[in-house]
Amino acid sequence: MIMEHTIHQERRDFLRKVSLSAGGLLLGFTLFEDLAAQPGKGHVIDGVRHDFNSYLSIGTDGSITIASPNPELGQNIKTSFAMIVADELDADWSRVTVVQAPLDTSKFDRQLTGGSGAVPHSWKRLRTAGATARQMLIAAAASTWNVPAAACTAENGYVIHKETGKKSGYGELVAIAAKLNVPTDVPLKHHKDFKLIGQPIRNVENKNIVVGKPMFGLDFYREGMVYAVVQRPPAFGSKIKSVDDKAAKAVQGVSDVVRFGNNVAVVGNSTWAAMKGRKALQINYEAEKALESSSDHADIFSKLMDSPNARMQRKEGDVDAAFKAAAKVIKREYECPFVPHNPIEPMNFFADVRPDKVELVGPTQTPGSGRKAVADLLKIPENKITVDITRLGGGFGRRLKYDYVVEAAEISSIIKKPVKVVWSREDDMGGGSYRPAVRYRFEAALDANNNLIGYKLRGVGMNAGNPTRENNFPSGSVDNLLIESLDHSSPITTGAWRAPITNFLAYAEQAFLDEVAEAMGKDPVQMRLDLLQKARTNPAGPVRYDIDRMETVIKTVAEKSQWGKKPGVSQGISVYFSHASYVGQVCDVVMQDGKPLIKKITSVADCGVVVNTSGAQQQVMGGILDGMGHAMYGKLSFNAGEPEQKNFNVYRHIRMKGIPEVETHFVDNGKDPTGLGEPALPPAGGAVANAIYKATGKRMYKQPFIEQEPLKTEE
Amino acid sequence: MPVYSLNINGKIQKVDADSDTPLLWVLRDNLRLLGTKFGCGVGSCGACTIHLNGNATRACLMTVSSIGTGKITTIEGLSEKGDHPLQLAWDEVDVPQCGYCQAGQIMTAAAFLKKNPKPTLEQVETAMNGNLCRCAAYHRIREAVLAASQKTK
Repeated sequence: MIMEHTIHQERRDFLRKVSLSAGGLLLGFTLFEDLAAQPGKGHVIDGVRHDFNSYLSIGTDGSITIASPNPELGQNIKTSFAMIVADELDADWSRVTVVQAPLDTSKFDRQLTGGSGAVPHSWKRLRTAGATARQMLIAAAASTWNVPAAACTAENGYVIHKETGKKSGYGELVAIAAKLNVPTDVPLKHHKDFKLIGQPIRNVENKNIVVGKPMFGLDFYREGMVYAVVQRPPAFGSKIKSVDDKAAKAVQGVSDVVRFGNNVAVVGNSTWAAMKGRKALQINYEAEKALESSSDHADIFSKLMDSPNARMQRKEGDVDAAFKAAAKVIKREYECPFVPHNPIEPMNFFADVRPDKVELVGPTQTPGSGRKAVADLLKIPENKITVDITRLGGGFGRRLKYDYVVEAAEISSIIKKPVKVVWSREDDMGGGSYRPAVRYRFEAALDANNNLIGYKLRGVGMNAGNPTRENNFPSGSVDNLLIESLDHSSPITTGAWRAPITNFLAYAEQAFLDEVAEAMGKDPVQMRLDLLQKARTNPAGPVRYDIDRMETVIKTVAEKSQWGKKPGVSQGISVYFSHASYVGQVCDVVMQDGKPLIKKITSVADCGVVVNTSGAQQQVMGGILDGMGHAMYGKLSFNAGEPEQKNFNVYRHIRMKGIPEVETHFVDNGKDPTGLGEPALPPAGGAVANAIYKATGKRMYKQPFIEQEPLKTEE
Repeated sequence: MPVYSLNINGKIQKVDADSDTPLLWVLRDNLRLLGTKFGCGVGSCGACTIHLNGNATRACLMTVSSIGTGKITTIEGLSEKGDHPLQLAWDEVDVPQCGYCQAGQIMTAAAFLKKNPKPTLEQVETAMNGNLCRCAAYHRIREAVLAASQKTK
């Protein structure tokens, strides 16, 4: 029943000459993925499959298999990547099957999901992969028909010679094509000739998802596998003092209780047995470091905000002189709490550590880093470790960390069994790697003519590194500028969270600029355009964003949202450049029963070529709701080092009720695509905050907004 | 361990499980019906939604011993060929992002549409509000439920 057994694989020496990368797409894809492949969509069951390069193989039956190397967590890369290859190949999309490639550094580079970087990184590689195969198929047809290759065209899985009316499917040609030399410098299509790119192509996994096919890490099962649940210290900064595991070991189904570091793993023959066993553990903890509470964080922020030891991130002109000479100074502080990532699939991973090899399977955004960490832990070479990447039930940056991968390997190495580590929701929400809490202080100096002559930003974070993005707008447009950062080293662990830093910084900055515009007596749209004009004509230091692209986004979103032209509607604008894309958003708020109601968000995104219009719209809509939802509700507070919210019954996320209308637009400028998994998120909070102010006269200085007046009473 | 006979997707399945085992883990670990997802374990995300006698129910909150002769339907049993109007609508509207919560969303929507075949937009929002989607594909979930309701006679 396993298709792999019926596939004959031909590998030819010529493949090694392929400039894209050596070797071909082999049958490394797990049974698990093959079972999850699209029903009714051409997996080769007869005949021979020929590899063209790391990404692409074509069967003699005309079926096309495209490997997607990057982990899929909902950014829709599995569909987008395949579309790019298939478009240049002129493939029949209905014959395309997409498979998740396992970690393979000999075939792929940058095999990770993060930073909205996959499409920009792979755009040319994928196109070349498709175009090269297409050219070889055309050459094969031309030689068979004894006609010039230039007189042949390819379309929808066929090579056609118009003059003679000859037509052959790719499946018929592939055996000959595979014998040809691999051409180099293959021309790519003009954008106007794209057939799939720019279309709304449905997610290739839809049909499997809607019937509940196993494809996520938590769905991975292996005969003989056991389950492990791990008790980690509940408070950040604490360590184990003593463990009594007698009662845990007595739980039916529990086979092992093992301690490693400050963790105790309970292993059982089912998830539930392991969970019950863990509940029966008696563990005493003691403080190892400071057990911080949210009130401590507030004090730390205040202290650092006035510390003389800030790191200078960027400096232009003479800020002190500008502020001394100012006719008006605006100074505001903004603060955001820690937030967890909360992908709905909790952390989990499978590991089978054997003397001669290690097998890792599960949901990870960074398979390469996970493998390296396991190699370091077990002191074995990386080439003894395989990593199969399952679909991720969300990531949001959490699965860039590989703590749970290492945990699985460590437990398997101790108990010498294949094991799956399963985190409960409480483990996941309480387990760290949060979006860091940050406080910002912004200061603006205006001269007597309301020109912005000075600008200061100081960012203070909890394990945030540099919480500023010193080269983003409005840097370059203000002559005297100082951007500084400070960091507090907290036992509470932090990590990248969808649109790291900018997920909060953008809101704070855009809310502040709204106040500056008001102090200037300027329309917030015009104020931003004026600053951009200043950066264009008389820049203050380097300008690291594209002024024209940002200007277009601002103007377009003003137009699409009917900025200032909607009676009875209060609007707020926000625009941000992040992860190489430009996104502008306008939020419409109306008053209903004396409360502000977020009615609509209009978005304009410039991410260059839009690969998949359906997927792109999803990323923008989801990003907006994610940004708005966390600005409105997101908050993880701490008491003596322990998170006070550990499940969805006490931690609030945006839900369906009350979602605003979202209208999405894209700038069509034909530029090479940039990412879209993150860029739509950062502007959302600012647009909402500015519209709430317009409607109510209340500024939002802290997240979550739901705890601020006038929204507070809504609860 | 006691043995329970459960009526799941029209078949009687015998399972060996502790009496307090949540149905969720019986489905997943004992029966390998993996479409029912684990998200929170406290009934707050809806990823594990199944039907018990036609009612949308959280499998994480039901113990195996409490089910008795109740009829359970999981996402695997919602339709024979994956062609329930909601499953078709989910594809047509191109709902899924990561996809993890979608089986639970569909199961909630299916029980709801059975009781209220022609709902208003507000009724859909109320019915679906208990199902979290961290990718926030809410607009398309709502659209797909309404699209399916229009196709159902």
